[in-house]
Amino acid sequence: MSTLSRDEVARVAGLARIDLTPEELDRLAGELDVIVESVARVSEIATPDVPATSHPLPLTNVFRADVPEAPVDRDLVLASAPASIDGKFAVPQILGEDA
Amino acid sequence: MSDLTRISAAALADALTKKEVSSVEATQAHLDRIADVEHAVHAFLHVSGDEALSTAADVDRRRAAGETLHALAGVPIAVKDVVVTKGLPTTAGSKILEGWVPPYDATLVEKIKAAGLPILGKTNMDEFAMGSSTEHSAYGNTHNPWDLDRIPGGSGGGSAAAVGAYEAPLAIGTDTGGSIRQPAAVTGTVGVKPTYGGVSRYGLIALASSLDQAGPVTRTVLDSALLHELIGGHDPRDSTSIDEPLPGLVAAAQLGATGDLSGVRVGVITELQGEGYQPGVLARFHESLEVLQGAGAEIVEVSCPHFTYALAAYYLILPAEASSNLAKFDGMRFGLRVVPEDNPTAERVMAATRGQGFGDEVKRRIILGTYALSAGYYDAYYGSAQKVRTLIQRDFDAAFGQADVLVSPTAPTTAFRLGEKLDDPLAMYLNDVATIPANLAGIPGMSLPSGLSDDGLPVGFQILAPAKADDRLYRVGAALEMLLETAWEGPLLLKAPELEIAR
Amino acid sequence: MSTLVDYDDAVDRYDTVIGIEVHVELGTRTKMFDGAEVTFGAEPNTQVTPVSLGLPGALPAVNATAVEYAIRIGLALNCSIAENCRFARKNYFYPDVPKNFQTSQYDEPIAYEGWVDVELDDGSIFRVEIERAHMEEDAGKNTHIGGSDGRIHGAEYSLVDYNRAGIPLVEIVTKPITGAGSRAPEVARAYVQTLRDIFRALGVSEARMERGNVRADVNVSIRPTPESVLGTRTETKNVNSFRSVERAVRYEVSRQAGVLDDGIAIIQETRHWHEDTGTTASGRVKSDAEDYRYFPEPDLVPIAPDRAWIEEIRAGLPEMPAARRRRLQAEWEYADAEMRDVVNAGAVELIETTIAAGASPAAARKWWMGELARTAKQQDVELEALPVTPTQIGQLQKLVDDGAINDKLARQVLEGVLAGEGDPADVVAARGLGVVSDDGPLLDAIDGALAAQPDIAEKIRSGNLGPVGAIIGAVMKATRGQADAGRVRELLLERIGS
Repeated sequence: MSTLSRDEVARVAGLARIDLTPEELDRLAGELDVIVESVARVSEIATPDVPATSHPLPLTNVFRADVPEAPVDRDLVLASAPASIDGKFAVPQILGEDA
Repeated sequence: MSDLTRISAAALADALTKKEVSSVEATQAHLDRIADVEHAVHAFLHVSGDEALSTAADVDRRRAAGETLHALAGVPIAVKDVVVTKGLPTTAGSKILEGWVPPYDATLVEKIKAAGLPILGKTNMDEFAMGSSTEHSAYGNTHNPWDLDRIPGGSGGGSAAAVGAYEAPLAIGTDTGGSIRQPAAVTGTVGVKPTYGGVSRYGLIALASSLDQAGPVTRTVLDSALLHELIGGHDPRDSTSIDEPLPGLVAAAQLGATGDLSGVRVGVITELQGEGYQPGVLARFHESLEVLQGAGAEIVEVSCPHFTYALAAYYLILPAEASSNLAKFDGMRFGLRVVPEDNPTAERVMAATRGQGFGDEVKRRIILGTYALSAGYYDAYYGSAQKVRTLIQRDFDAAFGQADVLVSPTAPTTAFRLGEKLDDPLAMYLNDVATIPANLAGIPGMSLPSGLSDDGLPVGFQILAPAKADDRLYRVGAALEMLLETAWEGPLLLKAPELEIAR
Repeated sequence: MSTLVDYDDAVDRYDTVIGIEVHVELGTRTKMFDGAEVTFGAEPNTQVTPVSLGLPGALPAVNATAVEYAIRIGLALNCSIAENCRFARKNYFYPDVPKNFQTSQYDEPIAYEGWVDVELDDGSIFRVEIERAHMEEDAGKNTHIGGSDGRIHGAEYSLVDYNRAGIPLVEIVTKPITGAGSRAPEVARAYVQTLRDIFRALGVSEARMERGNVRADVNVSIRPTPESVLGTRTETKNVNSFRSVERAVRYEVSRQAGVLDDGIAIIQETRHWHEDTGTTASGRVKSDAEDYRYFPEPDLVPIAPDRAWIEEIRAGLPEMPAARRRRLQAEWEYADAEMRDVVNAGAVELIETTIAAGASPAAARKWWMGELARTAKQQDVELEALPVTPTQIGQLQKLVDDGAINDKLARQVLEGVLAGEGDPADVVAARGLGVVSDDGPLLDAIDGALAAQPDIAEKIRSGNLGPVGAIIGAVMKATRGQADAGRVRELLLERIGS
């Protein structure tokens, strides 16, 4: 199992869209390395014959009928938004967007 | 009428039904208590006095008009701030949601409102329910009413402290790895994590979707049963909700309160005692076992060998799911937006917002979870953890073949001092070692007081039952509670020091 | 930058392999995971619930009808339907994805391993192998606002509308399509067209390309010979008309041939299609685009479609478009070339409905492939986009058949219908175009014509019927073409004989 380097933490923080200060990076790299080493134990007993469990209870086929419900109040939603214009959410320029 | 804040929710409901008191009086009494002790406890992030009194007045009016009301109508309640409440600020203890007012109610809040329980306010918690001490709240610590220098447990320290400090007779908690049960243990209160799917998760700000469950936080087992029956049941908005009626929980509590447990097999989990557990915690645990035996229960020892891997599996599954669940907090649609200089892109605004809006523990877990899911690591980490989950379920299946309920101390220690474990995440994670297996397997668990440790602080006794057999918790819990309180000559909370009153 | 290689030259020297991903928006009443109603053209952010806005606390719930539609599509494409499948989360940050993950199916699609036969322009059949069809949700829509008209401190920004977020999609992925050779662009276009027809026949989507109901991503790679290993492919996103699908493949073949001719390697990348120039351009490379951190969606439970349910759906599938075309051609007695023109013009349904409204197959074809096809071409729109319904064409033809109007008048009536003056009967009434069937005015006109041309009148009276046409022509002129020429002749002969 690989250890978690500072560079790796920086890469993962980028994936998770979290800006970290250099001090935070230093500290997190140290802490996460210890934690990862500890949790990596799971692979000791996770043999191929053991099936994975993703849900605590084995339910299947839970569906909703295709029936409309009332929409959420747009004014309430936009009132709690950082910025909005003409009924739309206003967000900073999006990279890679066709103008 | 004695102090309305000191009686149980069941007793208050009874007095309301008999019109001996009004809901406005009861609600006002609790708002007064909040005003008196919040300076010391800080259980609430937001107190909604006006709304609570308005609900109370409405209930009083309807009662006077002879309407048929829910048994708990008019009994005030506090709600953990991870639960979405229309019109009331909801932050999940995070700066990133500061000022957000949800446009909708969680299903359990709809039920609470429909039943006419005045909502006193929103309780403090570790940010996004990540923590075991409530010290990870972005809005300051909550203090344990037994000793203000100590933690109230977490993540639901606010709900447990509010109930323990008589600020509310009932509260809602959520439990992903022990966030209801561990705070209950360290504050001398009662907390129940229902079977996964027993209470709708719709409107709970998700931490780990496959582990989260909302449940009652109260001072008595019967009160938990009453609240559990109110908030539980099938909800089509939650696809993982169980489409079956709840078992009779209040009835089970009433049956248990007779003190007879003849024929009940109680399994003691070998792996959840011994090393790492305080001697005082173990002493109270063993005394409670004797009490159960005295009530006619048969005590058996069961082994769950894979539990030693539960913590590791939990700290992969939880961060992985959380990293995805918390992706939506990006400053685009609601909550905080941090805009760096120079006309930044959305991408940079998201990263800046999340960098400044999330606290240390949240960042730690999101990065851990992102790492565990990222290319090349999935099988070793998340995939393996899901397999451990299967092994833990099998352990429980085997154990429940030998016993009707399983028991352990709820937490290895009593409340530790504020700040004591803040710099050691792994030590903090160990607090949940006894509560986590239930979440991984989806089974119900309860914590109730089993006495005071050598340090004079409360110790919790955990009862676990098979999935959908939540009624067993209430039967065994109510029996133990009745027998212990008989021995103590009253509830354990009577032994707590009186808080200094403001004013 | 390499120069484009002429297409014919390129396909002489390279073998083309394509792969196509088609997204179809399902025509359910509500979204994939919540009850927000879906209608076209609603006010921004009015068709959203906490779920489709990705608000904290919201949870998804699967739309049963969307699952049924996905199974219908899978069966129509001859796929196996999964015994057990799941949704997964595809994690990536983008403002139009409200949860910052898309709920999709990853390694467990609902349908897999199928095929569909595609009819090419010359009537030959090309079989396209289908790898999978899976369910997912659509994203919201961004509108970019430049700094000049910026209302946020002059900054560049975007406006987001989440009405589209959460609309159910089925994505259909082909296996690599080999063996099409120089006809790869045509195969690509015909394949997307075939899918569009199937979606409509199944009733699972309006499948309107111009509304973005059907969107295609086109993968193209080239290699020296059909025996060579597969070349590096590019993926051109959001090619949203049949013609563009064909053009995009052609362009990429020419472009890639130019790059390879220069000894440069093709970069595996996403490219954007530019409709106006008919070219593709390199998209921005996202550093983490490949690390989507898929994991099973914990808020949803697995789907294990009941076998009996699947068979019920299979039994209820309508006739597929290709079989239907063969049947209709036989019924309508069209020649192969005629039928192919009808199909290529997208007129099968239009003609079918017109016939149902009472027109003969020949008459229906005459209208749609004649007058209306010309009009559509002049206006550069699809036939079905013309403001006339098949039912109206049926009514129009019936007026002709009943003798209420003649062919010449019928064209005027059609003009009126296209101008929005109502149904054919309304136009006839409003414009006064009905054939004059009242004998009174006709007799007046005949008398007038006879009086005006006494010589001719005399000839006719004396039994020489040769110049009758001149009188009839005069009557037609006098009645501005609204007279029934046959009736005029009858009346004229009666008049003279009397």
